[in-house]
Amino acid sequence: METKSIMIVGVGGQGSLLASRLLGNVLLSQGFDVKVSEVHGMSQRGGSVVTYVKYGDKVYSPVIEKGEADAIIAFEQLEAARWVPYLKKGGHLIFSTQKLNPMPVITGAASYPENIPEKLKALGIDAIPVDALSLAKEAGSPKASNVVLMGVLSTKMGFPEKVWQDALEKCVPAKFLEMNKKAFELGKNS
Amino acid sequence: MKKLMLGNEAFARGLYEAGCKVASSYPGTPSTEITEEAAKYDEIYCEWAPNEKVAMEVAIGASIAGARAFCGMKHVGLNVAADPLYTASYTGVNGGLVIAVADDPGMHSSQNEQDSRHHAIASKVLMLEPSDSQECKDYVKEGFKLSEEFDTPVIVRLSTRVSHSQSIVDVLDREEIPLKNYSKNIPKYVMMPAMARGRHVFVEERIKRLVEFAEKSPLNKIEDNGGKIGVITSGICYQYAKEALGDSVSYLKLGIANPLPVELIKNFAAKFETVYVIEELDDIIETHCKKHGINVKGKELFGFIGELSQSIIAEKLLGKTNEFAALDENIPVRPPVMCAGCPHRGVFYALSKNNITVSGDIGCYTLGATAPLSAMDTTVCMGASVSGLHGFNKARGEEAEKKSVAVIGDSTFIHSGITGLINIAYNATNSTVIILDNSITGMTGHQHNPTTGYNIKGDPAAKVDLEKLCRAVGIERVRVVDPYSLAQTEAAIKEELAADEPSVIIARRPCALLKNVKHKAPLYVDKDKCKSCKACLKIGCPCISMKDGKAEIEQTQCTGCGICMELCKFGAIKENGGKE
Repeated sequence: METKSIMIVGVGGQGSLLASRLLGNVLLSQGFDVKVSEVHGMSQRGGSVVTYVKYGDKVYSPVIEKGEADAIIAFEQLEAARWVPYLKKGGHLIFSTQKLNPMPVITGAASYPENIPEKLKALGIDAIPVDALSLAKEAGSPKASNVVLMGVLSTKMGFPEKVWQDALEKCVPAKFLEMNKKAFELGKNS
Repeated sequence: MKKLMLGNEAFARGLYEAGCKVASSYPGTPSTEITEEAAKYDEIYCEWAPNEKVAMEVAIGASIAGARAFCGMKHVGLNVAADPLYTASYTGVNGGLVIAVADDPGMHSSQNEQDSRHHAIASKVLMLEPSDSQECKDYVKEGFKLSEEFDTPVIVRLSTRVSHSQSIVDVLDREEIPLKNYSKNIPKYVMMPAMARGRHVFVEERIKRLVEFAEKSPLNKIEDNGGKIGVITSGICYQYAKEALGDSVSYLKLGIANPLPVELIKNFAAKFETVYVIEELDDIIETHCKKHGINVKGKELFGFIGELSQSIIAEKLLGKTNEFAALDENIPVRPPVMCAGCPHRGVFYALSKNNITVSGDIGCYTLGATAPLSAMDTTVCMGASVSGLHGFNKARGEEAEKKSVAVIGDSTFIHSGITGLINIAYNATNSTVIILDNSITGMTGHQHNPTTGYNIKGDPAAKVDLEKLCRAVGIERVRVVDPYSLAQTEAAIKEELAADEPSVIIARRPCALLKNVKHKAPLYVDKDKCKSCKACLKIGCPCISMKDGKAEIEQTQCTGCGICMELCKFGAIKENGGKE
């Protein structure tokens, strides 16, 4: 199988490492060659962070470049707008409608662009806005937005439900498991 | 068993499987997880050393004692550890000695983009370069064998994309390697001129034998796909090249980064019309080829700066670019920022407000240089804040002494700030040093250090008493402040700058991200009281922004630290469980 590429983008501290671990485990269990590239260190401190997940018969480069991603999962609107050039023609852009102001917006040096979801849809791509924050709160924690979005992604990947459940059990601490399972379900059915 | 592992995690697994007994490192992105993961194996003694030089010397000592030993660091850490490395090249080893050095092309989390291959060339030791997690593990194990066979330290060079990418690794069992005999050997281990002269002869002979080894070793691998184009590459660039060019070209993948083979490259190059060298950062392979009369193309296409990628290679060699859609919109950048509740924020606000010249250092607090605080004038390397301030004050005299400080974190102070402080006391400037003691090594992801009272395993350990230490080196004025209190912090800075002797202010508050740190309920803005003066925005807190003309505090991130509350003259910011 040709290599597939999925990007997870967000703001440092939003839980992209858990999302990529979850996805990596799902793909590994399906017998694919997998590479997951993460960001650690300074850029994690509230900056724009990106994780690359690639799978197929044989994966070489761990990074994804412009026009290469089959799907982008964005935890925040502005990050969806920032990374959309990485989407391949026909790819899916699944993004949380949550807004987090970056420092240049806070200080007044820049303004947060208006109507990002509409503008993304107007690009003629498969743009899927998700109110992930509300769904996560409904599941029990605003921090579970990441798992809500993975629930949405699961509907685009065609793997059996159980594979995702197993990966959740493997990646999430026992005391948060039920809450995350609920977040996943809410995302899947949204 | 097959597992998905970070390059660094696979490296640690390699240490385990190879029977490594002693590991000493200093944390540094992107190398940190090697030692964190190694510490999970009880069979390997692991420690965080105060700095890379100490770590290297610990590993050298353990190797001479007969154990397989390891030390790990980031590229700039090897500069600190270069002194012992260059002479350990002369002494050679007893038990195998493997050194991890992680370069950071693109500077994701570093102050420069140096290429650590230069250190291997200059110190004349063997350097291996893996390209994925499986190779990380395999090359570590091979590295220990070669270290013992050739009597040399072995550096394994990593880069951010190898260290921080997960790929599939075949996990095996540990092989117990018994301690080798230790016997006193003055000509080999005591490097004074008479003995070192003999060992230099050995080093030159060894590098010749290593070149012969590199000519034939399976670590240097040819993939002959025919065609007119040959590619010589190494490490992560091999993966980029394979993705961009597939089997349309032939490859010479160099698993040995130093020394480079000559005949192998000549014979490979002779088969192709055009030969490209694809390497990140410096032109080490290319220069080697040209020195031996091999015609190659490299840096004229790829340059010396930043990371390469499959798309750069595809564009340069195939003229191919990907199509993509983008918004016609100015997307504001999102630079990293000090976290909500960061204890450093209050200090930098006080410095910024009083227009103090700040000699900065390496850590999370380097973010004090970013807007709106912009409270930093210099950042060079670990420890340079303290020594640099002394030099600045010597050059500009009293006028500078009254208006300038150094800021340095607890771990960085232990790493290489202490010697600078001794210099301030001994050579007498009225310098003011602020130790930002957040009780952890923050930027690299919360490692213990000699000031935290715990070791790498989280067990209680001896704790450096910073106040006593500063007094012991000759600083009489040492005081502790709580950086969550702006008034206290600002007053201390003003008083110490005015004092006619050197002083240390310890701003003590644990990192807000530490698990055992309890946060207060989020604060909120009473919109009726908010006068829209934007004073609260001056601290650069990611939680505070303006909405509909009034300040607003984002409730999921706010830790209730209270700095903004102290800043608001109108009492508009309130504690109340976040209930508006």
